[in-house]
Amino acid sequence: MSATTAMEVNVEARRILAVSISKLYASRTQRGGLRLHRSLLLSLVMRSARDIYHSSRESEGPSGAQPATEEPMDTSSNPGEQTRLSEPQQEPQPALNSAEMAPEEPDNTEDCCDGEITEDKENLSPTRQSRKRRGKASAAPDFLPSKRARLEPGEERYAAPLGSCRVGAGESLTTLSLNRVIPAF
Amino acid sequence: MAGPGGGSSDVQWCFSQVKGAIDDDVAEADIISTVEFNHTGELLATGDKGGRVVIFQQEPESKNQPQCRGEYNVYSTFQSHEPEFDYLKSLEIEEKINKIRWLPQKNAAQFLLSTNDKTIKLWKISERDKRPEGYNLKEEDGRYRDPNTVTSLRVPVFRPMDLMVEASPRRVFANAHTYHINSISVNSDCETYLSADDLRINLWHLEITDRSFNIVDIKPANMEELTEVITAAEFHPNQCNTFVYSSSKGTIRMCDMRASALCDKHAKLFEEPEDPNNRSFFSEIISSISDVKFSHSGRYMMTRDYLSVKIWDLNMETRPVETYQVHEYLRSKLCSLYENDCIFDKFECCWNGNDSVVMTGSYNNFFRMFDRGYRQDMTLEASRENSKPRSVLKPRKVSTGGKRKKDEISVDSLDFNKKILHTAWHPLDNIIAVATTNNLYIFQEKLN
Repeated sequence: MSATTAMEVNVEARRILAVSISKLYASRTQRGGLRLHRSLLLSLVMRSARDIYHSSRESEGPSGAQPATEEPMDTSSNPGEQTRLSEPQQEPQPALNSAEMAPEEPDNTEDCCDGEITEDKENLSPTRQSRKRRGKASAAPDFLPSKRARLEPGEERYAAPLGSCRVGAGESLTTLSLNRVIPAF
Repeated sequence: MAGPGGGSSDVQWCFSQVKGAIDDDVAEADIISTVEFNHTGELLATGDKGGRVVIFQQEPESKNQPQCRGEYNVYSTFQSHEPEFDYLKSLEIEEKINKIRWLPQKNAAQFLLSTNDKTIKLWKISERDKRPEGYNLKEEDGRYRDPNTVTSLRVPVFRPMDLMVEASPRRVFANAHTYHINSISVNSDCETYLSADDLRINLWHLEITDRSFNIVDIKPANMEELTEVITAAEFHPNQCNTFVYSSSKGTIRMCDMRASALCDKHAKLFEEPEDPNNRSFFSEIISSISDVKFSHSGRYMMTRDYLSVKIWDLNMETRPVETYQVHEYLRSKLCSLYENDCIFDKFECCWNGNDSVVMTGSYNNFFRMFDRGYRQDMTLEASRENSKPRSVLKPRKVSTGGKRKKDEISVDSLDFNKKILHTAWHPLDNIIAVATTNNLYIFQEKLN
């Protein structure tokens, strides 16, 4: 993929992510309550956009390598886990515990039944377990227009993931939203 | 009288009537949310966002004008559902009527089921054309007489009166759905019906309101693992043990209630593999099925996703037997349609009486018909401009290439606020009801 195309895809993915998030937040105030179907579709689009965004960032060079070290153990926070596996940097930990990942990740099949999910949650990094709302100060992934001061160079890696060791830059806000959406029911 | 259906090649459609307000400023409560003919086609029911049901009745054909089938006039209007509030979840429950389904007629009264997001109601619509007169203790206007003035006894008699149509709620089926109800379907046994929400399908008996059986439950133990929801469900038209439900992933599952009490395991799974060339951000959204309808024969079923209509043979699960593109020119516009929310629109589809033609709606108040036999399709428009009585509708065309011919409309000129989501076809004749945002258009076949 040429650099310009990757850039275009990146921009497009970011735009779609931003649009999706605003739709997700807007749907909270909709009359009749959150619509499960709509929320699910929004989260699927966000996931595709996030994946494309990451892969296009990979092709951008060294900055793309940065999410690798941030990779979390657990990704079961998102509905439809299987696309997580398509990301170049796979987490080898057995904590991947979605049943759907069984055929795709043979290493992790040990933890793949529903009954073990809650157990595995206990073994995860505490930041993953925490369901507290992240402070606004940390909620500024780079695909959204930044309204805050630039972070110190040393902290840049942590800014986008909202201070958690979660998935790659730019994803954590969406992960947060995806977390909230479905269990809200 | 011409037979039902027939080929699109020789059927011409004429404007017959339009119902609803003329002004462009649409009150949200007037937005039509469902349209349904009854089993004889004599009655046509609409539901709206304000929770009202309006029933139109076809006038008997007049001998003076045999060319014209009877007009539909208002027969009954009633408030079916009111807005409610779920205090436990702090959620408002919309009064919008999601679906109306008629019961087959068994006696003089008509019955229909109407549902909003949470509650289904059985309504009885009955006519009263006589009233008792000559009471002993009451005057004709209802005032009670002084008993001392009663000197003789008489038997009250029934006298004719102006026709009054009454709608009364006979059953209320509530508190069975956690998620939003998207479908109801009456069984061919005429005793039971199903209601489906995003994750569950319940079976009810029409006489029993305090109990329902859960027959499908796709809620995962961990909601964070949710990958698909139920989008529509319907009973088979003649096999009372069979029903289907469609999903947001583009699959349809057929279940047999004889197999087990909980039909989580499907008897058949209908799924077409995705074309990898068409993969995009929005592939999953556009493959979500918005409607599923059995053919009258029960041999086929039709599904509607965002861009196409597919006909499935119930004996073949691997792929549909026919696929019709409704508005393929929108495929390159999916991003804009996502931004303006149009990509989430849920279009319905319907069969004609003899299953030879299918119909569905589109944007710009266009609706499309696909003739399965002649392999022809037609695009027509529901608009006030074409609303002279018995004026023939001219087929419309959307230009997709660079050159726009005269009378064609370019994709960028389409009005995406004017969408036809709900259409219905008379079960026996070539009469169709097409709902624009707040108007109901009735078109008839041109008879010579």
